[in-house]
Amino acid sequence: MQTDLAIVGAGPAGLAAAIEASALGLNVTLVDEQSRIGGQIYRNIEQQSLSKTAILGADYYAGIELAKAFNASNCQYINQASVWQLDSQGELYYSRENQTQSQAHSLKAKHILLASGAQERPFPIPGWTLPGVMTAGAAQILLKTSGVAAEGAVFAGSGPLLYLIVYQYIQAGIKVKALLDTTPKANYVNAIKHLDGALKGWQHIYKGLSLIKAIKAAGVSHIKGVKALEALATSNADTSANLAGPASLDKVHYTVGNRTVEIQTEHLFLHQGVVPNVNLAMASGCLHDWHQDQACWQPVLDEWGQSSQANISIIGDGAGIAGAQSAAYKGRLTAIHLAHTLGKISLEQRDNLSKRWRKHLNNELAFRPFLDALYLPPAHLRRPQQDDTLVCRCEEVSYGEIKSAIKQGCMGPNQLKSFTRCGMGPCQGRQCGLTVTEIMAYETQEQASDVGYYRVRAPIKPLNLGELASLDTSALEQEKT
Amino acid sequence: MFIQVDRNPEPDLIDILINGTVYQVSAGISVAAALLQLGFKHNRQSLVSGSERGPYCMMGVCFECLVEINQVANQQACLTQVTGGMQIMSQQKERHIPLPAEQDSLAYNALEKAQKEQVNAN
Repeated sequence: MQTDLAIVGAGPAGLAAAIEASALGLNVTLVDEQSRIGGQIYRNIEQQSLSKTAILGADYYAGIELAKAFNASNCQYINQASVWQLDSQGELYYSRENQTQSQAHSLKAKHILLASGAQERPFPIPGWTLPGVMTAGAAQILLKTSGVAAEGAVFAGSGPLLYLIVYQYIQAGIKVKALLDTTPKANYVNAIKHLDGALKGWQHIYKGLSLIKAIKAAGVSHIKGVKALEALATSNADTSANLAGPASLDKVHYTVGNRTVEIQTEHLFLHQGVVPNVNLAMASGCLHDWHQDQACWQPVLDEWGQSSQANISIIGDGAGIAGAQSAAYKGRLTAIHLAHTLGKISLEQRDNLSKRWRKHLNNELAFRPFLDALYLPPAHLRRPQQDDTLVCRCEEVSYGEIKSAIKQGCMGPNQLKSFTRCGMGPCQGRQCGLTVTEIMAYETQEQASDVGYYRVRAPIKPLNLGELASLDTSALEQEKT
Repeated sequence: MFIQVDRNPEPDLIDILINGTVYQVSAGISVAAALLQLGFKHNRQSLVSGSERGPYCMMGVCFECLVEINQVANQQACLTQVTGGMQIMSQQKERHIPLPAEQDSLAYNALEKAQKEQVNAN
């Protein structure tokens, strides 16, 4: 199959880009891993699971307009497609469920637009692999997709999403046991320096403050200045309801000052911000830089989202965390630019059409330094503090094992794979990569940018041989001859 | 415990099999959501230590929710929608693939059994 523009990801960035690009005459194909459009922020927007709109709030339902415009456009949409490789010829490879077995497909595009979004930052505390410990984003996805919530849950960490989901639980009438806030006091001082930009985003600040106020008014125990967290399992659990065995979350320990407190709960939702989902871009050879203010990797891009690979542009939170609205603006801007480079509009038209989106984007971005400073998780929560805490969940590699590999002369994250298998499980480093970079930087007193990251290679999703063999290569062969 | 807070519209119910037992769940939800809603906390054991694992991220990045679906192992439960009659199995530690020697002995045992049956039949 051939297309002018292939877009990976159906969140706000991908949808906005698809709408804009197809309106400007480009032939667009949007591929997405989920069953329905919306990405994570507008998850299930077309098949809302809740009748009470107050639960998820206006920001969620803002996605309806985008979804409508996308459906009215003439874009091709391929759902449940897991993209596992891009090549420098503009070929995109993906797998899609085909009744009994996944079938591999390829798609040839003049240009590829990555809008694969963000994921939650790893939160490596003792016991974070216990069943019952999930991310705050997971709690929100369950609410959006199935209308379910966990009673008596503890939410821990920091960042806007954490307050939002607690607020949404309150709106849904679900009792929240505690909100353990790990935002360090020093962050408030650092954030004040960016107050100038923050005032341009006053409506976000107003929303944030009203969320916190509502949480307080609902009587949720909001504990500030939490320095350490630990998830603990029950020793004599009732095994009847379990599929595979007995151990699951029973209690949470948190430390404030020099006091450690215990809370009984079956559900702990962790969150300390979101970071770009880098696997596809890195595996495709797009250069990335360490972004100190957000403590994460970010692709190197020009003002139109063009990456270091000629036929790949990146938009949305995968281009750098900036939120849903910025994501949509970036999507529009890059689509307009590509309509020009692919010959549909003139340079002058590009500049005219992009003006208002650029203005909106700049307004949104002015607010980010304040937010970044306020919610940058402290280093002692980005790195584990105890030797037996797992860093790599898949291959079960602990902080202590990583330290001893470094002592033995391990040179970097990539070599750590040979030393310990860290990062070699099915998640392909998504849950440990950032932690490993930060641990190595700390232990060797180097900069994270010098330590680097795993060398991410395609296929970026586990692919079985049957799936790979199912790829119809006749079109590719023909092209070569 | 996950509870239903609200549902719009009232969903159709479908039957699925979890480890051989039939359960009724809402159509259109993911396998991972169905497991959590039914009160299952674990869906697999980790590959190295065999510790219990349940869904973690619900968005396809952590690979903790791997289950066997309709005889295909290592499927991401959070990215798969439930369908009527779907057979879901939890996963126990690593997958066991018989070594050649084991295969030989399995074949030998099968042969021996067949011979015995032949003798008995006679």
